[in-house]
Amino acid sequence: MTGLAIAAHGLRKAYGDKTVLDGIDLSVPEGTVFSLLGPNGAGKTTTVNILSTLISPGPGSGEIRVGGHDLAADPQAVRAAIGVTGQFSAVDGLITGEENMLLMADLHHLSRRDGRRVTAELLERFDLVEAAGKPASTYSGGMRRRLDIAMTLVGSPRIIFLDEPTTGLDPRARHNMWQIIRELVTDGITVLLTTQYLEEADELADRIAVLSNGRIAAEGSADELKRIVPGGHVRLRFTDPAVYQAAATALRDVTRADEALALQLPSDGSQRELRAILDRLDDAGIEADELTVHTPDLDDVFFALTGKPGVPTQTDKSKETAR
Amino acid sequence: MSAVSLAVRDSATMLRRNLLHARRYPSLTLNLLLTPVMLLLLFVYIFGNTMSAGLAGGGSGRSAYIAYIVPGILLMTIGSTVIGAAVSVATDMSEGIIARFRTMAIHRGSVLIGHVVGSVLQSVASVVLVGAVAVAIGFRSTDATALEWLAAFGLLTLFALALTWIAVGMGMASPNAEAASNSAMPLILLPLISSAFTPIDAMPGWFQPIAEYQPFTPAIETLRGLLLGTEIGHNGWLAVAWCLVLAALGYRWSTASFRRDPK
Repeated sequence: MTGLAIAAHGLRKAYGDKTVLDGIDLSVPEGTVFSLLGPNGAGKTTTVNILSTLISPGPGSGEIRVGGHDLAADPQAVRAAIGVTGQFSAVDGLITGEENMLLMADLHHLSRRDGRRVTAELLERFDLVEAAGKPASTYSGGMRRRLDIAMTLVGSPRIIFLDEPTTGLDPRARHNMWQIIRELVTDGITVLLTTQYLEEADELADRIAVLSNGRIAAEGSADELKRIVPGGHVRLRFTDPAVYQAAATALRDVTRADEALALQLPSDGSQRELRAILDRLDDAGIEADELTVHTPDLDDVFFALTGKPGVPTQTDKSKETAR
Repeated sequence: MSAVSLAVRDSATMLRRNLLHARRYPSLTLNLLLTPVMLLLLFVYIFGNTMSAGLAGGGSGRSAYIAYIVPGILLMTIGSTVIGAAVSVATDMSEGIIARFRTMAIHRGSVLIGHVVGSVLQSVASVVLVGAVAVAIGFRSTDATALEWLAAFGLLTLFALALTWIAVGMGMASPNAEAASNSAMPLILLPLISSAFTPIDAMPGWFQPIAEYQPFTPAIETLRGLLLGTEIGHNGWLAVAWCLVLAALGYRWSTASFRRDPK
């Protein structure tokens, strides 16, 4: 499949004077996981709400197509193609988990028999069989989130929006949820995921867009994003102090760690830079005992791009460790 | 599936959901039922002897007063029940499940229609219950024909439909359950300034037009005419007109609020 599940151009939204989305473009290929990463208030939920037809796009927005349907012209067709699990649990707390599932089956116009079958399958798959007869309001956070996703899956949507699916979950429930999301993708479903956890985007997403103040600050795979930010370095470790000294003189711009017999060179980790370093070592006839490339992690990317004050950059951290 | 059958099917699903809520948590409905029953007993047994003195016949005693106030109490029962609709709509709208419904390919109005039909059914059930209490304490209709009973039932249902749509609009406009309960309060207070408990001509002259033309009085007078054989006159079409206007207004108000972007 080569089509785009989501294609949005110049998405805008403002509430009064406050601009929430300031013209963002998104294209999400079918069958991939796309993550919107950003701090609170960056516009993640607003984006999901617009793409899922919950709120209307602001004036001046460009064309938005979801599942191949024009959002403005045919919102019902969009709705038929999508499933949404919002940030706040979209379950009916007054009725039981099973009744919630059957409600969804009815609203998707499944026959009574199909509705019961799908409900039983999904309750089983999401480990909710035991709790099925209890009111959803008595569920734990993780259970409620699982029920929420199970309800979303009743209509077999091709595109699923998950707005901060793991916020507020304990680590076990969180990993559980990650597993669920991975399984969705193997079924060929397109997932648009918002998160404020970089680790989560790194784990799950094929592509990541970093959202900051209503704009996309950067977009790419996790690795591409990490390369954007300076602060990566190459670390060379030696066992022989003499070789260490020789290397320190042969290479320029090194940060020395005499105790550890380790040298650090700033580098983006690209092939060209690595070759240059290796060439210089070869010319001097030096062989390092260990060579590691450190790329900045997504936290560095995130803070560099979203401009959070008071957070040390990667270079600061490196200096500290080198001292 | 055609648009109409989609609307019917989704609304029926939403109705089942609302009836399930009402069955699981009957306290709201039962509390609201208490008010008209208490008022009925209060006015009949505590105030009855004094109040009946002001009736046209004069001094005909408690049983005449029962007959006089039952039509008003029945309509007040509806006013009380629909407060429940305002509260449950406001509560529902603050739930995440509504956001889910909005992003599903279902009939847009089905959520509200489910609430309205559910509330009308509850109103009818409440009217039957309160009516049973009235009969138990001595209310008897005077020679009402089957057709008149049917018309009375129809009027009560139509009145319930009208007030429910208004209450749903109030629920949509309210940020939470408390606010919804407050804004729907007039629906149970209006009967107090109608001909429910005292004849209009016993009220101050300047106030009489207000009492006479507010929605409850024509409906009460029509119901009285149907069940007790009093003069209906222009109150019949006035009551029906009020119901249709209120239902249309409430419907437009509610659906427009629902179509608006949620906050």
